[in-house]
Amino acid sequence: MKNSLPFRIVLAAGAVATAMLATGCTTAHVQPWERATLADYTMRPDRDPLQNAMTEHIYFSREASSGGRGVGGSGCGCN
Amino acid sequence: MLSRKLSVLLAAGLLLGVASAPARAELACGAAFPSLAEAQLEGTLPDTKGQVVLVDFWASWCAPCKASFPALGQLHADYGARGVTILGVSEDDKAKDYAAFLKKYAPPFATVRDAAHKLAGAVKVPAMPTSVVVGRDGRVRAIFSGYHGEETEKSIRAALDQALAESPAS
Repeated sequence: MKNSLPFRIVLAAGAVATAMLATGCTTAHVQPWERATLADYTMRPDRDPLQNAMTEHIYFSREASSGGRGVGGSGCGCN
Repeated sequence: MLSRKLSVLLAAGLLLGVASAPARAELACGAAFPSLAEAQLEGTLPDTKGQVVLVDFWASWCAPCKASFPALGQLHADYGARGVTILGVSEDDKAKDYAAFLKKYAPPFATVRDAAHKLAGAVKVPAMPTSVVVGRDGRVRAIFSGYHGEETEKSIRAALDQALAESPAS
């Protein structure tokens, strides 16, 4: 069965778009000297102490592991 | 038949995309270091004629760069009189960040700003900071990517000693 011309065009366009999407990131290489914005304090995920405290609270409640982060010991509650 | 055509088309597209990615060939040992005079650097370049030059690429936003400055200052004190010039090349985008950093840390060696990132682009700096030891003949002797404390300082000292021994001052 022969495919119609519009179908072929759509197919080719789809293939090109897929290839472009799949390889798009290969050309976006941030050079080491261009990372000033990435190194900015506002890019840190732990920049807000209140947000941190909330996140930790939720994490410890969910995992039942109060003090399980940044505290010495294995979380056995024996030290 | 259709799926075969589609596969070929996709493969060709992927190959084209990968092939068009920029090549990243860094400066290698033995290669000529790009001309400092032609790099349009902001600031006064020191006289490097007949000197072994340690070119250090840094930025005010780079924490390991800050950590390396005391060591570079010590290298300047130890090697300055022996024919080594240390040149700090800032990759700061903003002139005020560069000026504030210099005011705070007051490095004893010469610094310039590569505002257009022309020199960094020519060298293809692999990481921040990067120190390049350039011999008296203008050729690269060693490249140190990143700063790892005493280990890096020791390696730089060894490279400087070797560069000085290779081509004694005439």
